[in-house]
Amino acid sequence: MPGASIFYDLEPLLEQVSKPIQYVGGELNSTVKDWQCGGYDADGRELTVRWALMYPDAYEVGVPNQGVMILYEVLNERADALAERTYSVWPDMEAAMRAAELSQFTVDAHRPVGDFDVFGLSFSTELGYTNMLTALDLAGIPLHAADRGEDDPIVLAGGHAAFNPEPVADFIDAAVVGDGEEAVLAITDHIAAWKRQGRPGGRRELLLRLARTGGVYVPAFYDVDYLPDGRIQRVAPAADTVGVPWRVSKHTVMDLDAWPYPKQPLVPLAESVHERMSVEIFRGCTRGCRFCQAGMITRPVRERSITGIGEMVKKGLEATGFEEVGLLSLSSADHSEIADIAKGLADRYEGTQTGLSLPSTRVDAFNIDLANELTRGGRRSGLTFAPEGGSERIRKVINKMVSEDDLIKTVAAAYGAGWRQVKLYFMCGLPTETDEDVLQIADLAKRVIDVGREVSSRRDIRCTVSIGGFVPKPHTPFQWCAQLDPEQTDARLAKLREAIRSDKRYGAAIGIRYHDGEPGLVEGLLSRGDRRVGRVIEAVWRDGGRFDGWSEHFSYERWMRCAEAAFDDTGVDVAWYTTRERTEHEVLPWDHLDSGLDKDWLWADWQDALDETEVDDCRWTPCFDCGVCPQMNTDIQVGPTGKKLLPLTVV
Amino acid sequence: MPPRQRVPEGPAPDPAVQKLRIQYAKRGRLRFSSTRDFQRALERALRRAAVPMAFSAGFHPHPRISYANAAPTGTASEAEYFEIQLREHRDPAALHRDLDEALPEGLDVVVVREAAAGALADLLEASDWVLDFADVDVATLGAATDRLLASDRIEVTRMMKRGPRTFDVREAVLHAQAGPADGPPYSARLGLRLRHLTPAVRPDDVLSALADVADLRPTRPPLVTRSRQGPLREDGTVADPLASATDEVAVTD
Repeated sequence: MPGASIFYDLEPLLEQVSKPIQYVGGELNSTVKDWQCGGYDADGRELTVRWALMYPDAYEVGVPNQGVMILYEVLNERADALAERTYSVWPDMEAAMRAAELSQFTVDAHRPVGDFDVFGLSFSTELGYTNMLTALDLAGIPLHAADRGEDDPIVLAGGHAAFNPEPVADFIDAAVVGDGEEAVLAITDHIAAWKRQGRPGGRRELLLRLARTGGVYVPAFYDVDYLPDGRIQRVAPAADTVGVPWRVSKHTVMDLDAWPYPKQPLVPLAESVHERMSVEIFRGCTRGCRFCQAGMITRPVRERSITGIGEMVKKGLEATGFEEVGLLSLSSADHSEIADIAKGLADRYEGTQTGLSLPSTRVDAFNIDLANELTRGGRRSGLTFAPEGGSERIRKVINKMVSEDDLIKTVAAAYGAGWRQVKLYFMCGLPTETDEDVLQIADLAKRVIDVGREVSSRRDIRCTVSIGGFVPKPHTPFQWCAQLDPEQTDARLAKLREAIRSDKRYGAAIGIRYHDGEPGLVEGLLSRGDRRVGRVIEAVWRDGGRFDGWSEHFSYERWMRCAEAAFDDTGVDVAWYTTRERTEHEVLPWDHLDSGLDKDWLWADWQDALDETEVDDCRWTPCFDCGVCPQMNTDIQVGPTGKKLLPLTVV
Repeated sequence: MPPRQRVPEGPAPDPAVQKLRIQYAKRGRLRFSSTRDFQRALERALRRAAVPMAFSAGFHPHPRISYANAAPTGTASEAEYFEIQLREHRDPAALHRDLDEALPEGLDVVVVREAAAGALADLLEASDWVLDFADVDVATLGAATDRLLASDRIEVTRMMKRGPRTFDVREAVLHAQAGPADGPPYSARLGLRLRHLTPAVRPDDVLSALADVADLRPTRPPLVTRSRQGPLREDGTVADPLASATDEVAVTD
């Protein structure tokens, strides 16, 4: 019977596998609804719309994900819909499930994923693509959308990676770009109406209806033509479709206070990567960092009000019992009332053993004041700053406007206030970068320690330099640039390491953490790939590729070997997708997905980057015509409201 | 002037004024929670239930909770125990209700009592276990149990953190009795009373022993539930570790 629990059959497996708690569900604030909660119509047709939501990574990474938590809650609040969650199973569980012939299941009611109407996947990163194939295969859903039947779920991709869904175009039925909360409800309405009408036209008609809204991308309805040299000639609605738009728009929720989700955050029993509750204080960012896909695709800025934030923190803590609250956003200190928020929350929760944290802050002294406020009576261990580029020149290229003197002043204030460790985050492989730009990271770190020792009069202060390889992303000014190949990335990082290690005056005071360049190249292939990359993903998965975001599972050799075979007769290769610089008028695989950003503006900003010209934040300065506001008929939504957080009354 | 090393501001944490012992059950799917999973869930539930926990001092204050002899991951239990210290007095009945409400379903508070003297861990001398088999009949299980009891010594090997370790199972088995299960999907039930030894002999060690001496190899692992743990009475039964001397009379097996 569809929707029946397979838990009894899973139990013997749970006795054998590692960390079985991740497969049992039952988290505080999780929901299990009746499979027929939407009831039946007069003709006995069932009307419930059912979503299986997947974060395609291990449970410990997926369960704290805000996006999935929000969609899970808004869908379950609807009387005629239900949503359950599923995560990637570890290889030991996958082997046990295959041996026992058990399906990919939801953790909430242990229902087979294939029984749901929609199988929605949230892709924060492209490295989850192989995990999607495992889940589809375990669920008994054909890997290719073209092979699916009437009773298979609609496989729907969302999340930041969905802004270029072309590499997974063969495997998904549809993609939604932008904010999900209103979009999933609109899709639910369409499915409910289609069911009520007796499913006219079957699966294809449903997908057509969704595509015609202009907000759901159905890859099968678009044809891609290629030029002889391998570039894309044109992406256009297929001849046999009517009313399918040339471009698909992103979804934007304008009033965050109207969407105070998650109201009831999930509290897993298992340990997860974020052992805290998160409250999103604003969405979008207009700092204009040119490497940052999140900042570009989530425009415009929309703030949650100070009172809305206070309410969410209060209710969330009551609902969860978490010991820590993170105030989430892409640049938290940029909220127009952040000082009052920090002070108000610190006052409210003083003496309650409740930690407050502010991730993603910029490099200036104001942030030290905020961090001090949030740790009033508590421990001050480490502060993280992200200058991103080692030299002032490269910081102009990426539009990360912080001078070296600002940075030194900031860390001096941090060490002076009792912080003992400063972590600095950088990228390697940025456009126009030379060895010299990266080597300046060493000089910067040494200055940081010198200043820290001076202001703190202590020798045990530390500075950790953390470096990630830059991966160019779609819908950013760097979407045209050449990615640095792994050999050069590794060589540059080796020089930096030598420059830091060779200076014995600093010894253990400076730590350096970096990843080698190989996974970044695969991420680059998947980020800026087109439909031809799908066969590589499938080949890698068939060869055993799983959990590509995990170094112990990732195999560069396998990706390169499978890519070479899969690209054999195409005239393109991995280098063509990654280390090749694109020209202005090349049709990019994601051009028909509208992030609101004007392609001409992105190009102009790319040229400004090459000229080392910076652009201000449009929240405080006039508009730069990136295109989002007029295109989406939206506007930046910022305070201040002038309100304050009042003390909580003791009940 | 250079800043000195920071120490926590304000007065020392409030002292503990009340010590409570709590019996809880681990049921259904939450039998797959580990000891650490339970600890995380409990600390959050205590905050949700606004229990006035006493905390340790320092920059990393911890609620004062002590755990005793938790059942292994995968086994259900009706008799798990921990002890908490409060900085304000609370009515045990009210705390029972609030904490049970705050814990996820399947982690259920059974009894809350004022702590008696002595260490809780010292009271936990033996456990009663129930093993429900889905694919073994009562006669087969009974025969296997007889062979187990007829042996003087049965060595099994289990993988421990520091490598494989071989130890005797038989000494820990105070009592073993096969009988019918309550109903489908289970067909037969094994009742076990195990003395807590070092290393601890667990029900899965007894299953290894049954495979050894009687070739009992169920295709589906049995559902294992701890039904009781506590001090060993002189008559060889397990008593309630939270019962006071006067309660003791009321406890029956």
